[in-house]
Amino acid sequence: MTQGESTTIATPEVQEEMQTRGLSAEEMEKLSRPSRGGKYWAGLILTILGMGAIVLYCIIPFYWMIISSLRLPTQGLSNEFWPSPTSTDNLKAVFEGRNNFGRGLLNSLIISTVTTLGTLFFGIIAAYALARLRFRMKGLVLSIIIGCSMFPPITLLVPLLKMFTGFYSWFPNWMNTYQAAIIPSLSFGLPLAVWNLVAFFRQLPVELEQAAMVDGCTPGQAFRKVIMPLAAPGVFTTAIITFIAVWNEFLIARTFLTTPEMMTATVSLSRFSGSLGYNTPYGTIMAAGVYVTVPLIIVVLLFQRRIVSGLTAGGVK
Amino acid sequence: MSNAVDVTHDVSKEKERKPKKNLLSDGQGTLALILIAPTLFVIFLVVGIPVVMSVIESIYITTGGVNPDTGVVESVTNFAGLQQYADAFTESAGTVLSPWGRLPRFLNALINTLFFTVVCIAFETVLGVLMALIMTKAFKGKGLVRAAILIPWAIPTIVSALMWQLVFNTSGVANEIIGQQILWLADSVWSQWAVIIADVWKTAPFIGLLTLAGLQTIPTDVYEAAKVDGATAWQMFWRITLPLVRPALVVAVLFRTLDTLRMFDLPFGLIGPQKYSVETLSMLAFSDAQAQRYGSAAAYSVMLFLLIVVIAFLFIRLLGADLVSDPEVKAMNEARKKQKAARKQMKSSITSGESAT
Repeated sequence: MTQGESTTIATPEVQEEMQTRGLSAEEMEKLSRPSRGGKYWAGLILTILGMGAIVLYCIIPFYWMIISSLRLPTQGLSNEFWPSPTSTDNLKAVFEGRNNFGRGLLNSLIISTVTTLGTLFFGIIAAYALARLRFRMKGLVLSIIIGCSMFPPITLLVPLLKMFTGFYSWFPNWMNTYQAAIIPSLSFGLPLAVWNLVAFFRQLPVELEQAAMVDGCTPGQAFRKVIMPLAAPGVFTTAIITFIAVWNEFLIARTFLTTPEMMTATVSLSRFSGSLGYNTPYGTIMAAGVYVTVPLIIVVLLFQRRIVSGLTAGGVK
Repeated sequence: MSNAVDVTHDVSKEKERKPKKNLLSDGQGTLALILIAPTLFVIFLVVGIPVVMSVIESIYITTGGVNPDTGVVESVTNFAGLQQYADAFTESAGTVLSPWGRLPRFLNALINTLFFTVVCIAFETVLGVLMALIMTKAFKGKGLVRAAILIPWAIPTIVSALMWQLVFNTSGVANEIIGQQILWLADSVWSQWAVIIADVWKTAPFIGLLTLAGLQTIPTDVYEAAKVDGATAWQMFWRITLPLVRPALVVAVLFRTLDTLRMFDLPFGLIGPQKYSVETLSMLAFSDAQAQRYGSAAAYSVMLFLLIVVIAFLFIRLLGADLVSDPEVKAMNEARKKQKAARKQMKSSITSGESAT
């Protein structure tokens, strides 16, 4: 699936990769035959070993989480590398009424979706202007936006907590409401979205709109009919990255959502307690971790090329 | 990436072709304002106002107590100026015992935060660059490695914290592998290292990813030329790879540094709240805010904010991190510099011209 996408889109990165591959194939045939000595093979083996090490490094802790969720609930602290017997009890136990985890997933979904849609709505138009229009103080606007993405959320949360707990008579009590989590989440979601989208819009050649306008489109029409369809992959990637960032968010949700009915999945699973309240139910927590993570991992694997290009958009020119 | 570069050239060329009196105005200012205003308004609302409120909060002190006449809990708010900032550094707010010794709680959190930042970033940078170097060599299985590298990034930090809590349990797999009985989670030096290991695991691949993207922009002929000149692999790394990948690496490290300075989820989830060996500034401010000591919480969080600003500034000034990286802004700045230089030159040529002739 990713292969199909990559050929239709052919990002510069892909082209570059194809180019280097083509070059190296040529070289191999023409030039490098005599020099394929011990050094070449040593390098190749080292590279393969290194790649193996990277994959293991990234996967093993995750693997540990998955198999720990597949043990019997009584074997939560077992150190066997393969659970015996395998059991799905933990995966079922997560959804026991006491944990309120199903509700947590729903809350996470609502908050992440609304925040993502909100940031896209504001972000697309702002990013288009930042990528295309020439105006004064552009550097300042870009600096403000990037500055916000580096902001420590705790600085915002202290006064907001005082405000949302009904300390001021002029402000309603917003504790345990969706807006209490969504509005602060905009503070990091919006800069993230704008930043990604600016990078994507910049990749589209200006000539596209110019051609559309020569053909009689207004600037607005050129944006809607020419740019938006072409920018769709970029918008989609931005949506995924923002969604993941909000879904994984913990501090804001932990601060403003305190009742079991309103907690997000990440807050909910951090508060699981054992039946007696003493021993941490690792099996159940890991199972909850699997539920929270696996959908993300699947999405990430399906769209890995795009996500990588989105993540690196801000850092590399 | 190549498209973006082309656009830059076009923009700068265009400007050279038709110089304007005010090179910033293009008649698009109003449209831009209309399009950007909503976003700036939202940012003002969700960031600007809370920051101002935070600063105001930090210069007032709220003391609560039971009113002896009515028996109702009342709080009195007084102007305190910079009192709460000063108190943070003294022992008046109480001291805590941690691996750093007995310290005021704020200082302890500050040291923890800086310690985590320096150690984590050092390990992450080395590991990340190493990963990027391996990945750039790979011509097969690149997709697989890239997929693997995204897994630590995609896992929520709090989930990864709990996952590592299981690994670092006294009877957990970490102790079994090293064959020792270390109390990783018992609020000690080991807890600090548990946090560092978990953080490095999750974020080194991210640095690797950004560095890899930087590596891919280095043209291969540079290496070929160096090879012809007889450069060793080690020389090529220090003299070519590192200087050329530096802009991307500096930005990646800056992002990670600022992220580590505000670290909260990982120590909170892995070791727990009010564990002074791993308490960061974010955790301290959070815990004070939860205890309704909003004044001191705000003061701590404002200091964290200032710390982040200072470090970001140092990165941009000393290491030349180019965050905005907007081709047009860059072109404008350059044009402005040129104009200035030209004006200076004209002036000097007028004055010196007279003396010369």
